[in-house]
Amino acid sequence: MSTKRMMEPFWWALFGAGGTVAALLVPIHLVLHSIATPLGWVSANTSLFGHPLVKLYLFGLISLPLYHWAHRFRYTLYDLGVKGMRQPIAVLCYGTAVVGTLATLWILLRV
Amino acid sequence: MNVPRPDRPKVFQPQMPASWWLKHPKYFLFMLRELSSVFIAIFLVVFLVQIAQLPRGQEAYIAFVQKFNAPGWIIFHIVALLFALYHSVTWFEAASKILVIRRGERRVPPQVVTAIGFGAWGALSLVVLLLFLFLRS
Repeated sequence: MSTKRMMEPFWWALFGAGGTVAALLVPIHLVLHSIATPLGWVSANTSLFGHPLVKLYLFGLISLPLYHWAHRFRYTLYDLGVKGMRQPIAVLCYGTAVVGTLATLWILLRV
Repeated sequence: MNVPRPDRPKVFQPQMPASWWLKHPKYFLFMLRELSSVFIAIFLVVFLVQIAQLPRGQEAYIAFVQKFNAPGWIIFHIVALLFALYHSVTWFEAASKILVIRRGERRVPPQVVTAIGFGAWGALSLVVLLLFLFLRS
C-alpha cells in the first residue's frame, strides 16, 4: 500500500509532462507527418531522424504522452464503474506506457 | 450488560449507471476530453511505426507514408487532429486553474496563464514548422 501511495505522484508527474508535451507539440506534428506529407504538400527530410538531438526530442514527444493516456484511461475506466479491478487496471495502463517507452527507445536507437 | 455490538458501518458505495456521461453536455465534453488521450496515443504509435521504417531506407518510409493517402486514414488523422486540438485548448484552460503563479504579492490572473500557454503552443508550432520546412542537410 505504501509503495502504491508513493508511486502516485510519480505517475501524476509523468501525466502532467505528457499532457503538456501533447498540448504543445502533437497538433503540428500530426499535421506535418500524418496529413501534409501523405497528401504530398510537404516532404520530410528523413536524414534528420538520425540526429541524436532529434532522437532525444522524438523520444520525449512519443513516450511522455503515453503516460498521459495511461493516467486518463485508468481513471476513465474507474469513472465508468469498473469495480474490483482497480489494481490490475492501473498495472495494465502504466505497464502499456512503459512497454511503449521501451519500444520507442528501441526503434529510435535503430534509426 | 451484554449489549450486542452493532454491525460495522457499511461503506457508502454510490451506484452510477455506466452511461452517466450521456446525461449532461458537460459530462459528455469531459468524456471527449478523456478520449482525446486515446487518439493522441494512437497517432503517436502509428508515427512510431512510421519511423521504424527508416532502417530499411528512405523508400520504405515514403512507401509507408503513402498508405495514409487513403480516405480512411485521412479521416482518422483529421479526427485525431480535432481531438488533439481539443486536448490543447482544455489543457491550457485547466493549467490556469492549477498553476498559481505569483508576481510579488499578486496572483497572475488565470486568463494570463492560459494566454501564455496558447502563446507557447503557437510559437513552438511555428518553430517546428519552420525547422521541418527549411532544415535540409
